[in-house]
Amino acid sequence: MKVTLTVNGTAHAVEVSPWKRLLDVLREDLRLTGTKEGCGEGECGACTVMLDGEAVNSCLVAVGQCDARAVTTVEGLAHGDVLHAVQKALVACGGAQCGICTPGIAVCAAHVVDRGLVIGRDDASARAQVRELLAGNICRCTGYQLIVDAVIAAAREVGKR
Amino acid sequence: MTTYLRPRDLEEAVAARAAHPDWMVLAGGTDLMVNANHKPTPVGILDLWRLGEIGFIRVEDDTMAIGGGTTWHEVERHPAVRDKLLPLALAAREIGALQIQARGTLGGNVGTSSPVGDSLPVLLALDATIEVASVRGRRMVPYSTWCTGYRTTQLAADELIVAAHVPVPAAGMRTTWRKVGTRRAQSISKVMGAAAILLDGETVVSARVALGAVADRPLRITAVEDAVRGLSLPRAAEAARAAVRASIQPIDDIRSTSVYRREVAENLVARFFTPAGGVS
Repeated sequence: MKVTLTVNGTAHAVEVSPWKRLLDVLREDLRLTGTKEGCGEGECGACTVMLDGEAVNSCLVAVGQCDARAVTTVEGLAHGDVLHAVQKALVACGGAQCGICTPGIAVCAAHVVDRGLVIGRDDASARAQVRELLAGNICRCTGYQLIVDAVIAAAREVGKR
Repeated sequence: MTTYLRPRDLEEAVAARAAHPDWMVLAGGTDLMVNANHKPTPVGILDLWRLGEIGFIRVEDDTMAIGGGTTWHEVERHPAVRDKLLPLALAAREIGALQIQARGTLGGNVGTSSPVGDSLPVLLALDATIEVASVRGRRMVPYSTWCTGYRTTQLAADELIVAAHVPVPAAGMRTTWRKVGTRRAQSISKVMGAAAILLDGETVVSARVALGAVADRPLRITAVEDAVRGLSLPRAAEAARAAVRASIQPIDDIRSTSVYRREVAENLVARFFTPAGGVS
């Protein structure tokens, strides 16, 4: 099947089985290896990308379903050399360690920050919200505190604009 | 080679279903795509994702209709669902996490009919009806008779799920849902339950109570419903606990033990009948 999909603003046409996972098309056919596979079961969030603006697990999407749809991967978050607010905050706060979960965390966090979903009035409720919004992204290294710090910082930064 | 079809409308979808009963019916893929790279390739895919005629939430006279293609994210965020069908909104919020809620659909939960489908006890407790369509026409199936065994349902090979029609609980009816698992997000439930309890002051007039993950299918616990009728709340809680104990034989598996599930199910249902209502 010929699938035409827009990835990070660029149209691509690939000849693949419609059953192939979006994750594998991104990594193997388009050589966008920023998106990682963790569990392959939709549990860990490492493969998170945006599909038509929603954060989804790319291991659970059949690429046939992506025909004429738009995908944003971690490679598409920055504009040239200018990192997205969540990427800057992850660097500044030390919210990354081994790096396998980081692309998925960055995409999911960018989604929730850009959508304005972190609206807690005080620090405690904002942190609780971030923990729920990112509950589908599992990290084995950081203990999550620095990731939550980064998402809160990015939400404040984006909220100022 | 896998054939792929994204139908324009429901008419084309049911025609394709009738012609190709061996094709996979796919929407959000949150169940069917798990480990997809290690699964046999389907002969064909009938893609219902974002099919307009099954993606809706409608407030009707005294029921709400929720299209089978509606995602849990859409269910959870809908003001009328939160207002009128709170247990369904609560269940939607604990199905997977953000990424799963963006793709998983009500029709997927109802069609897959896993005993741990989080929304299913809610559909039992709220006495929903499932609308299905085929080239033969449409029919309505009471959800109380939908499940026929482990992951089997009344859905015929040529039928597709259109919607769940959920009666809006009467004013004064207590409706509640609670899931117990290793964590709120992502975990597959050890036990979950839902209830709709009609109260006259502190007295139980009638109740519908359902549990998930304690049998091969989601279960209405009619023994509880019979036991609590006419009792005051504290007495109803104890009667409910005893009735649960006598009604279920949960299994030991990788996620929990029979003993634990039984005790948690008793506590969970008993709390539905306490003054606070047992909402987590």
